[in-house]
Amino acid sequence: MKKLRKKVYMTAGYNTVSLGTGRKEFHPKKPRPGIEHYIKESGEGTLSQIGGGKNVDESVIGNFMAARFNNQANLPGFIPMIDKDLYGKPATSVEGACGSGGLALMAGIRSILAETADVVLTIGVEVQNTVKAIYGADILAGAGWYKERKKGHAYFFPGQFSDRAGAYFEKYGREGARKGLARWFRNAIENARLCPTAQEFHNRVEDLEALGLTEPNGKAFVDNLNVFDCSKVSDGASAIAIVSEEGLEKIGIDKKDAIEVVGWGQCEADITAPPEDLTKLSTIKIAAEEALSSAGITIDDLGTIETHDCFTIAGILAVEALGYTKPGEGADFVAEGNTARDGKIPMNTTGGLIGWGHPTGATGVHQAVTILEQLTGKAGDAQINIDPERPYGLTINMGGDDKTIVAIVYKRG
Amino acid sequence: MKYEDILGNVTVLGAAGKMGSGILLLTAVEMADLSLKPENKDRNFILNAMDVSDSGLAGLMSYLRVQITKIAEKKTVALRSTYADRADLIENGEIIEQYVFDVMNIVRPTTGLHPAYKSNLIFEAVNENPELKVKIFKDIENNTKLSPWYFTNTSSVPIGSLDKKAELGGRILGFHFYNPPAVQKLVEVIATDETLPELKEFAATYAAKLRKVTVPSNDFAGFIGNGHFMRDALHGIEEAKKLGGELGFTGGVYTLNKVSQELLVRPMGIFQLIDYVGIDVCQYIMQVMNPHLDDEDLHSEILDLMIDQNVRGGQNSDGSQKDGFLKYEKGRPVAIYDPDKKGYVPIDDLKEKADEYLGSLPECIPAWKSVIREKGKEDILKGYFIALKRVSSNGSDLAVRYIERSKEIGKKLIADNVAANETDVNTVMLTGFFHAYGPINDFLNQG
Repeated sequence: MKKLRKKVYMTAGYNTVSLGTGRKEFHPKKPRPGIEHYIKESGEGTLSQIGGGKNVDESVIGNFMAARFNNQANLPGFIPMIDKDLYGKPATSVEGACGSGGLALMAGIRSILAETADVVLTIGVEVQNTVKAIYGADILAGAGWYKERKKGHAYFFPGQFSDRAGAYFEKYGREGARKGLARWFRNAIENARLCPTAQEFHNRVEDLEALGLTEPNGKAFVDNLNVFDCSKVSDGASAIAIVSEEGLEKIGIDKKDAIEVVGWGQCEADITAPPEDLTKLSTIKIAAEEALSSAGITIDDLGTIETHDCFTIAGILAVEALGYTKPGEGADFVAEGNTARDGKIPMNTTGGLIGWGHPTGATGVHQAVTILEQLTGKAGDAQINIDPERPYGLTINMGGDDKTIVAIVYKRG
Repeated sequence: MKYEDILGNVTVLGAAGKMGSGILLLTAVEMADLSLKPENKDRNFILNAMDVSDSGLAGLMSYLRVQITKIAEKKTVALRSTYADRADLIENGEIIEQYVFDVMNIVRPTTGLHPAYKSNLIFEAVNENPELKVKIFKDIENNTKLSPWYFTNTSSVPIGSLDKKAELGGRILGFHFYNPPAVQKLVEVIATDETLPELKEFAATYAAKLRKVTVPSNDFAGFIGNGHFMRDALHGIEEAKKLGGELGFTGGVYTLNKVSQELLVRPMGIFQLIDYVGIDVCQYIMQVMNPHLDDEDLHSEILDLMIDQNVRGGQNSDGSQKDGFLKYEKGRPVAIYDPDKKGYVPIDDLKEKADEYLGSLPECIPAWKSVIREKGKEDILKGYFIALKRVSSNGSDLAVRYIERSKEIGKKLIADNVAANETDVNTVMLTGFFHAYGPINDFLNQG
């Protein structure tokens, strides 16, 4: 990556609740807010911190499948609805499946670097509870190659990652691996209980690891994962302001209340090609390495990570892709508590996709908001200690099965 | 005949009714699943949905569509394999839609009886009217060239008497689903001495394919389920009547409904259950059973009085509860019927006095809803019943008497040779009535 021609910051994050099963206010048969509600709530949440729409130069919205979940396209049209001062300004929608939020961040970053904007309002949104999970699986399968759908599983993506888990079990042993997956689940829920907007905030199960160890049932679901290994169906949105130094001045926010983007890796893999090795997230590995090297740091400098755990196995494989362990040892590393909030490298400190929720198009932005909160000391009950010797945060957002990857390194401004 | 051959042509009589629609649904799904097997692709599977009501049949088709969709949504994983060779069906949504079509495509709604003349198997789920049942069976017998088998869903009419009157020569078997058939796991299977063995074999296979729990009952009016329920209901009604002097009729009904639900840890109180089944249905079942009983009079003047005042309970076609002994709002009882006033008295107006009458109760009464899911259910119930017995109050006395009577009824069913053993009685109450414990237990005799 070329040296950045100017500094890029993120600030004024906002998350709506991640609504879906698990939240007390969620009832599948009762009417729920539509996609416009989430866009407006998150947008206003950020705008209220930066002096309103008049300070915004352009907007980017990340979303995966509103066209099918909500019969809605042309999402940029919702931006001026948030604040009348956004009328007549540029707005762009980006899509890269569950990596849409990460792509929205990258689009905002590029506008700052291109010097076409000093303040970019960036939103990620998805409202998925409009259909039952069995039909939602069809829609989400669009993150894979459509020609693979026929031979795929009814629950297409759980099927893909179940195959990855199966390959991992076979290569490295099932029992130890399942323990690692169960611990990942436990960490996710325990962290989510500390974050009031998390979908699992109300979860009161006592023995989470025992629940996580529930035997998979291939007849009703997939062969190698149980439902606790999966992120849930979520409605939600997140927003953040991406700004230049001039932008920070304009909106009156001090650098210490912002995080600086110090490096990234954005990588794409061929959607028509199957993974070369099911036990590896190879594209994530390339993106993470590029992000770290462009920031001039190593994993030893990272204080916290938000990684894309759409399934517990994706969390374990990311640990290995990042190089915390050799291949096959990630499950033990997690089972020993190294990724817990008080562990060596706290990951997904507000619950990640499994605990906080996975409104697919919003996830990449949500990850950035969590890192912003943690590095600026504003994570509330979910706050972890950031070691001054390891002040960096990393986000990894994934679209499809290791296809569309955005990894970003941050430090406090 | 092979299992598939028998299910090649089936008729459900009374298909639009509460029980008939459930039987039709389960049978349609079973037949469709057979039809989708590659080896059966050239066979025809026909399921006649016969009912006298045109509007009922229209409602049935809507019900089927909704229910089959739900079933398909639950088994989409398997359906993707079933339709693996259909290149045009790619998404779950397309596969589910096709399955719904394939099941519905087997069903032929009809108001006439003639399609049944070609059926190998007739499920009978018409009114509990023995004369009507016999008349229909005879009509089919007079017109069919086959020797069809008759599976009757009667919950009270002796099978042997139907066999004899319709001259079926043992081609009849009691196959008694519980309400609603699509949900309840239990089927009471009633064979007479004359019932042909091949009917019993088929019944066992069919029940297993439907994942039902079967309990054999002897051919005695009411069988095990209603044999218990009707007597249990009479006990509740009589106890409520006794309280009339002190609490009034409505207070008595409220109190016994509460005792039989909360203190007995049952899914619903006895008066709510009577309403659920239908006051008229209960009255009718007692009328059918009573002539067959030598040593007791299974009859309630209170049920007669309610029917006279046209208070019947039962359910609306959408499954919601009609008012009966109790008045319901959003499925919850809110008032009690007073035959003197010919109107309902709000529960709030009589609750205080009735609860005062019940007196002190054990501190921790387990809730039915949670206790049925507990692994240590037996221990929780044991502890509770010991505590219940130790309390000295009207509430405790009423509950203990109720539990003892329920056990006595269970024992009588064995003594009368209706049920083979205690396990069968308990299984019926556990699976057919969703009780948390069987009536024949030793909870009160310990400690």
